[in-house]
Amino acid sequence: MLSETFSETVLYFVELFIGGLTRGSIYALIALGYTMVYGIIELINFAHGEIYMIGAFIALIVSGIMTMLGYAGLSVFFTAMLVAVLYSSAYGYTLEKIAYKPLRNAPRLSPLISAIGMSIFLQNYVMLAQTSDFMPFPPLIPDFECLSLIDYMIGGPELVILITTVVVMVSLSILIKFTRIGKAMRATAQDKTMAMLVGVDINRMISITFIIGSALAAIAGVLIASHVGQINFFIGFIAGIKAFTAAVLGGIGSIAGAVLGGLVLGLTESFATGYVSSDYEDVFAFALLVLILIVRPSGLIGRKISQKV
Amino acid sequence: MGSTFENIQSSFWIAIWFVFLTFPLMVIKVNTIDQIIEWRFQNMIWVGLSIFFLSFAWRKLMQIKEAGKKDRKFHLFLLQRVNIKQKYYSQIVFIVILLGVGFPYIVSAYQINIITTAMIYVVLGLGLNIVVGLAGLLDLGYVAFYAVGAYAYALLNYHFQINFWFALPICGLLSAIFGVLLGFPVLRLRGDYLAIVTLGFGEIIRLILENWNAFSFGPSGIANIPRPPLAGLESNIQTASIGMYYLMVFMVLFTIFMVNRLQNSRIGRAWLALREDEIACQAMGIDRTKTKLLAFALGATWAGLMGAFFAAKTTFINPACFTFLESAIILSIVVLGGMGSILGVILAAFILILLPEYLRAFSEYRMLIFGASMVLMMVFRPQGLISHVSKHYQIPGKKDET
Repeated sequence: MLSETFSETVLYFVELFIGGLTRGSIYALIALGYTMVYGIIELINFAHGEIYMIGAFIALIVSGIMTMLGYAGLSVFFTAMLVAVLYSSAYGYTLEKIAYKPLRNAPRLSPLISAIGMSIFLQNYVMLAQTSDFMPFPPLIPDFECLSLIDYMIGGPELVILITTVVVMVSLSILIKFTRIGKAMRATAQDKTMAMLVGVDINRMISITFIIGSALAAIAGVLIASHVGQINFFIGFIAGIKAFTAAVLGGIGSIAGAVLGGLVLGLTESFATGYVSSDYEDVFAFALLVLILIVRPSGLIGRKISQKV
Repeated sequence: MGSTFENIQSSFWIAIWFVFLTFPLMVIKVNTIDQIIEWRFQNMIWVGLSIFFLSFAWRKLMQIKEAGKKDRKFHLFLLQRVNIKQKYYSQIVFIVILLGVGFPYIVSAYQINIITTAMIYVVLGLGLNIVVGLAGLLDLGYVAFYAVGAYAYALLNYHFQINFWFALPICGLLSAIFGVLLGFPVLRLRGDYLAIVTLGFGEIIRLILENWNAFSFGPSGIANIPRPPLAGLESNIQTASIGMYYLMVFMVLFTIFMVNRLQNSRIGRAWLALREDEIACQAMGIDRTKTKLLAFALGATWAGLMGAFFAAKTTFINPACFTFLESAIILSIVVLGGMGSILGVILAAFILILLPEYLRAFSEYRMLIFGASMVLMMVFRPQGLISHVSKHYQIPGKKDET
């Protein structure tokens, strides 16, 4: 009797834990875009959440067409993902060219306002071009048979989300640490003028940063949409704010920080929802942020930036 | 500067790029329930054509902006020149006052209501201007203090039947206390961290109001909030809105007076100094925390007062009135107007609030246009409508270089 309740308690805990990890991975994927952009041009890209939403919408359209043409299974998932990533990258690239590039030397708050404007614009653009209702999103990730033994703990979608996140993180770290592009990006982030002097094409690096960030957001968008099962034009806003919270939590500008922040945020939300109350889910997220920033003003693993006099 | 042919060519490619970009969202519409795909190819032509012509306008505006950088005189916007010369100042002020007083007798009650709302935003913008424009603290959760003020009046009135005039100072004070409470732990954070924490604070307040049913009546909000008692004017809706209008005119004038005095006071100079350089400021013996907290508390006070006015004006509030979009709009007013410039903030508040109101004819597209104009404004005039001209001493015998 006692052992049964005990095992139930443990199971519940594991369920919440995996739910939190899944959610955290999605936050981490979006947070990476924020953190990379912030690292390179010190801008809070408020429209990043909208890129994520556009990714989800494009995947919905592609998968809808393919399903009607009779395709099924993983081929739909991969095509939808690919097209979504391509288009989101294109949107991210164009967004930077229109709304941020002309403002490179403007006062600090101007790009932020421009970003907020872009976010409002893109939301309404998708609402007018598509619909303002919630759209059902097909479950693109199947429940794998080999998981049937443990499917009370972890399902196919969760597993795919976790694995994708790990793969993406590792390849991103390799890209940034070891390749030429990565080195050039880091150089641009550290000192633009100096990077320019040693022959780095800064505009190209900034574009690449936006493209990579948007691609990650699209991956997150497709994964979470097929997990949750519905999307609308407004999903980008709250996901964007949460992901930004995650990026700040970990220490903005740091890649590892974004991942850590995302996971901490996801787990906190999951446990708070499971053990306390689901009404105050977002309150817990922001309260956590305030608490951590009071103790560590530059985030969990953010560098302490000494002020120059 | 390329030839016409080159321009046409590049515009053509830009148009092609945008057609590609908008293709899935604008052209295809999938109905997953009925299994129908709707193809809207006419949209492709619209996008292509409009982008083709817009890119010409964009290029032209960019050229003007570049030319403006070289020629500093060009920078001075018409109104700013007035601001500097102060020659026409008294005439303009006179006309504005005349219009302000006579306004309710010319137009309908609907117009009065819109203008009253715009004036609430003028005061909110001026309040946030203290925090963002003068002290340089990026606050994305300003709406939280607005909500505190509105709910304070509504609840005080609901539970204790406290009159608007007695509740007003309590609302301001309560918001100031909230400002200090939030400010105390977070003011040592750097700019962008401060931004996200204040944003989080705004969301926390809204979510608590939404979920704590016993305290705030949840999402359904509070209705039948009485209007401010004004010698019997409040009994009739028509006269009540006129009364509200004059109250707001008075509040706007009062706020302008206060902010103007603050700006040139010892504390105002401390804020400006803090915004420019914190370390130098501390070296000069200015208490950083105290100065920042004061800015935060004062900004919050104005928001709290306006919250009470808003509740009394609409007679109904719910948590949906206090979303992040409100904070974004108030912040846009400050930045669009030109940080720290009072005239700019007033102008921007009227533009930003009246633009969506009068665009109601295209109600579907108004937020789209609103977002786009925010971007365009920032791209082509990042310093705001009227940039703040700081006072400077002129050495006698030397030419003025502004």
